[in-house]
Amino acid sequence: MTPPLEKERIKQMKVTSSSFKENTRDALSNPTLQNSLKRLHTGFVSSRSRAAARMPEFELLRDQARDIKDHVLAHLDVYLEKFELQCQAHGGHVHWCRDENHAKDVVLDICQKANAKTVTKGKSMIGEEIAINDHLEANGIEPIETDLGEYIIQLRNEPPSHIIAPATHVSKEQVADVFRLTHSDLDPARNLDEPDNILAEARAMLRNRYMEADVGITGANFLVAETGSSIIVTNEGNGDLTQTLPRVHIVLASIEKIVPTLLDATALLRVLARSATGQEMSSYTTFSTGPKRDTDVDGPSEYHVILLDNGRSDLLDSEFKEMLRCIRCGACLNHCPVYGAIGGHAYGWVYPGPMGSVLSPGLIGLQNTKHLPQASTLCGKCEEVCPVRIPLPLLLRNWRFLIYDRGLTDRKLAFGLSIWAYLAKRPMLYHLVVRWLIRVLALGARKKGRYKYLPGLKAWTQTRDFPAPQGKTFMQQWR
Amino acid sequence: MISLLRKGKPLCSNGDNQLMINAREEILSKIKAGLDPLQSREGREKSVETHLSNPSKHVIPKRGQLDRAKRILLFQQMAEEVAATTSRVSSLNELPKTIIEYLNRHNLPSHIKTDTNPLLNRVDWAKHPTLEVKYGKAEDCDQNSVTVAFAGVAETGTAVLTSGPNNPTTLNFLPENHIIILPVSRLFGTYEETWARLRAEMGEIEKTFPRTVNWITGPSRTGDIEQTIQLGIHGPKRLHLILVEGNDEETG
Repeated sequence: MTPPLEKERIKQMKVTSSSFKENTRDALSNPTLQNSLKRLHTGFVSSRSRAAARMPEFELLRDQARDIKDHVLAHLDVYLEKFELQCQAHGGHVHWCRDENHAKDVVLDICQKANAKTVTKGKSMIGEEIAINDHLEANGIEPIETDLGEYIIQLRNEPPSHIIAPATHVSKEQVADVFRLTHSDLDPARNLDEPDNILAEARAMLRNRYMEADVGITGANFLVAETGSSIIVTNEGNGDLTQTLPRVHIVLASIEKIVPTLLDATALLRVLARSATGQEMSSYTTFSTGPKRDTDVDGPSEYHVILLDNGRSDLLDSEFKEMLRCIRCGACLNHCPVYGAIGGHAYGWVYPGPMGSVLSPGLIGLQNTKHLPQASTLCGKCEEVCPVRIPLPLLLRNWRFLIYDRGLTDRKLAFGLSIWAYLAKRPMLYHLVVRWLIRVLALGARKKGRYKYLPGLKAWTQTRDFPAPQGKTFMQQWR
Repeated sequence: MISLLRKGKPLCSNGDNQLMINAREEILSKIKAGLDPLQSREGREKSVETHLSNPSKHVIPKRGQLDRAKRILLFQQMAEEVAATTSRVSSLNELPKTIIEYLNRHNLPSHIKTDTNPLLNRVDWAKHPTLEVKYGKAEDCDQNSVTVAFAGVAETGTAVLTSGPNNPTTLNFLPENHIIILPVSRLFGTYEETWARLRAEMGEIEKTFPRTVNWITGPSRTGDIEQTIQLGIHGPKRLHLILVEGNDEETG
């Protein structure tokens, strides 16, 4: 599949979080994106609340999910070794990878040993994190995304904008456009107006790809220590075709995906789909263990699990440890007013929304990502819906402290804060200044009672008037 | 406190064994360094052993904990909610007729690819010459598949299927129309009961666990185009569940 659009894919996964402000401005003025964000918000938010209301034990299930993940993190070394042992006992291979480059090379090596020409892929956030597609492509192996959303953004040369709905920013007209461009041997006059037609075309195009692929790469929602299994949760069935038809199955997972037992996995599965899409259970939940057995009729002959660290072990004894509980359901994105206004691309790396603003600085450093922890109103909705009860607002605040400590705060903001801090520590002076300021502002506004322009407050006044203060200060009235 | 600026990260030649072992030791020692210093490795091992050998008492939703008749109704209701269809037959002998009717109703060709599950061996397909029956893993050209479920879960209308010499996994995903045969004797209220049954039948699960266990809840679906739910993107467009009555002896 030659990339149809002119941009180079290699550039895709570069971190653009440092230009967060510019990204945000673009996002806010993009009508297609704004439409799709509205749809996303009403869709996922209402279905999650329906699913939660329908399950009387839901809050208990969330407590339990949190406790299971905490137990795993407190015994992570033992569980990882147990997983490795069990996986090997079933004929699987486990590859420990310290960072993205290491993981990319290991995956490439497996593909090259399998003489792979094409590789089908199920949706994997670890795949995005290590930018595996670029690496395979650069080495002459063609990666084909099979999740419909991932397929669409692969054709459009874009990164995903949501961790469970990667193409949520794309309209159906845009899908039709990129299909016409890419599937150029089909009748150009064919009807692609309805989602039905688009679906049928995607199904037909990807069929052959499944059959001819030499290697199938999937992610893992969980790894089960007790049995050495990997679990994928999907709705389309693409992950299952990807991991059953090719000769080699590679699982991309990170070290914190471990759960102790099948029962623990079951307990977590009860909160995953409900939190993500509001489904009672996703269409397909699949437990895979090792390669096919000698007597099996189908399935892969090789089974490899990549255990990626990439900065996670550093987080274990940090104040961001709770982030390692995350099961990537996307509920915090769906409920976040900031994500809902700007979408996923503005965040500039693979993990957007509240979970991304906490995780990304931990994985790729604060220097590039210092805007992200600031991009929150700390309204607390994310924590309210998190199935494993990660205190996201607290963790965002922890990053803000570090940003300030390290002198990474924006100069203007730091200056403003220092003036405010100076006054706040001197109450008498504070009251005096406020009283004076209010009088001046009230006088300046004359009879209109509002400002169309105020120096230093352009961000406010360019979209709405600034109301002038009226009467006395709160403290004056309170006395 | 974590180091915030990632160290310049390097190296790794392809699949170098030494490097791999080093990475393993490196990651494990970093993890160990990050764990609670008050707990020894021995202490951790012990507590893991305890957790693994005493399956923890998890919260199990009341929804699925019902008597037989209500369990069957809940299963059908939950499955139909996610766009699967269901029907009930009183014995295995009725299967061919039910399958033929289903295929006719949806205007589908009268042939099926099915697994070699011993349960289906007892069905007298020869009595129904209009239905062409083939066995084995799925090919791209197979339109209809019939497979036998290991168990069912009423809580969410989920069918549990396991791979094995008689049960190719591809039958569950490649054909456009998937028919699952579920003996009512294997219809449980909760997932936990299906795991218990699997352990009871397979013995030491650490050794005998099948390559694939599929939980299937409704047909293939996607919301990737403007959040509109569409059925049958990669897996089956239609999922039909046939519940077979009869005691464990006949259908188990």
